[in-house]
Amino acid sequence: MADKFETPVLGDVEERPMPALACGAMAQSRSYVAAPAHQEALGFPKELVPDWQEKAIAKMGDLLSRYRSLRVYMDICVKCGACTDKCHYFLGTGDPKNMPVARQDLFRSVYRRYFTLAGKIAPKLVGAKEFTKELLDEWFNYFHQCSQCRRCSVFCPYGIDTAEISMAAREIMDSIGYGQKYCNEIIGKVHKIGNNLGLPAPALEDTLAGLEEDMEADSGVAVKMPLDVHGAEVLLITPSADFFAEPHVLGLMGYAKVFHASGVSWTLSTKASEAGNFGMFIGNYEQMRKIAMRIREAAIELGVKRIVFGECGHAWRVAYSFLNTLVGPWDFLDPRYPVPQHIVEFTTDLIRRKGIKLDKSGNDGMVLTFHDSCNIARASRMGDFPGGQFVLPREIIKATVPKFVDMNRDTILEKTFCCGGGGGLLTDELMEVRVKGAKPRLEALKQVVEQEGVTHMATICAICKAQFTKVLPYYGYDREMIVSVHQLVSNTIILGDND
Amino acid sequence: MAYTVNGKTVEADEEGYLVNINEWNEDLAALIAKDEKVDMTPEHWEVVNFLREYYAEYQIAPAVRVLTKAIAKKMGPEKGSNKYLYELFPYGPAKQACKIAGLPKPTGCV
Repeated sequence: MADKFETPVLGDVEERPMPALACGAMAQSRSYVAAPAHQEALGFPKELVPDWQEKAIAKMGDLLSRYRSLRVYMDICVKCGACTDKCHYFLGTGDPKNMPVARQDLFRSVYRRYFTLAGKIAPKLVGAKEFTKELLDEWFNYFHQCSQCRRCSVFCPYGIDTAEISMAAREIMDSIGYGQKYCNEIIGKVHKIGNNLGLPAPALEDTLAGLEEDMEADSGVAVKMPLDVHGAEVLLITPSADFFAEPHVLGLMGYAKVFHASGVSWTLSTKASEAGNFGMFIGNYEQMRKIAMRIREAAIELGVKRIVFGECGHAWRVAYSFLNTLVGPWDFLDPRYPVPQHIVEFTTDLIRRKGIKLDKSGNDGMVLTFHDSCNIARASRMGDFPGGQFVLPREIIKATVPKFVDMNRDTILEKTFCCGGGGGLLTDELMEVRVKGAKPRLEALKQVVEQEGVTHMATICAICKAQFTKVLPYYGYDREMIVSVHQLVSNTIILGDND
Repeated sequence: MAYTVNGKTVEADEEGYLVNINEWNEDLAALIAKDEKVDMTPEHWEVVNFLREYYAEYQIAPAVRVLTKAIAKKMGPEKGSNKYLYELFPYGPAKQACKIAGLPKPTGCV
């Protein structure tokens, strides 16, 4: 797998100039199209249907009538340019089609042609375009170079949400048999096996048993990884990457130790062995609902009182923002706790009440910074006050390491840069766009490494962890710089003596 | 795409993962490794063979941690690390070693 592109040179985060335009630079960067089997498993047409143009326009009409926001976004853009230099993919690639406004215009030009009077009468005057196969292919390329991170919408004076437009575009493409392999293959595995990885129950059991062994060998305490335990207090829903990849799995061991030390009984579920919900990435409500329904069913079957989510960015958006309307009501859960709750909330609460004790020497020599994950930063909240999603994870990190430093203010909190792999782009054939899209984040990281001696960057999203682990070496950094927040807790928590 | 090994054509997906894992054999593994610019040593074969054994039992490749533990047991504790596996398979032990072992690519946020 030789990479046929050059890794960009990291610049100064304080300057971050507008990149020189490189027209068509990413025109060849293309996701794999879903195979007929991947499409069929989700009830989508197996391949591009012959009358795709007519069907796509009808679908667009359907979406415009269902989501008023979409129509407003189509009509309200005044081409002010505020968004142009805010997308990490544009900043990393210089391809003007990766400017948020240009991405929206791929959709908008078709909208104008078929849904506005001016576009029907004088298309050329208003930038309206026929929906040709060539334009459809541009849709496929560039709507899969959007990680739906919503940074551009923070700077848009009208709040146009490019993520929502890219979700609508993907839904239209799925409906005509032109889906993306990465997302659709994974959703199929969730339906068939229960998680994105395709990890069957016996393998999950074996993996968890191995982790119990490791934790006992390391700490001398028998910390459990309970699976399908009826009557447990908490059901933990976590991304399946937590069972498989590094550093994800170190975070999972952190959650287990926190539950152990808190004395709260908990369980994982084979049925709901995935927090992620790629139904959101493809903009498909039915898929999103079907994936979320497993969580409800598992909670009822196991008779739990609380649901806690592990470290997964977009899962928390779905959980925090949509779970209630998607698969609620949750009246059978204990109303004294947030429904659902984030593991970061759970742990912060224990730290504040001194329900767990931490010994910072477990993380000696580490200087941490924190990467805010887009879906947590801009599409949800934690705790009971605005901005809690920024404060709580930092509170945990500060309690577990000797030194914490934030990155440049324009690259964190609500202005955080995407890792470069979110929204269904974490796939090998998009490596160039992933490496280049990580550039703005890594420029900010480079500054704190050089000026503050930062050794590690923590994050609370499985995609961010996998993406950084992969792309950091391209820029000369060690992949093990990326850590889970609960990995830091795992290294410091005192087990066995919490009275 | 497809591989041709010993006069036989074996079908693979766009990225070179076998469509039918039963068509795997050691000659084919050597060919895939060559495409990946991996020189197969006895250590590489240990990893590949372990992956295949695990897959036969669980229908999935082992977690990275399960793999490092197994390698430590077989080849000594100094080799039971993620770093060592990356030395053997620079594109990542999970994906590259799976491809050579004829197993499907691990999917998801990994």
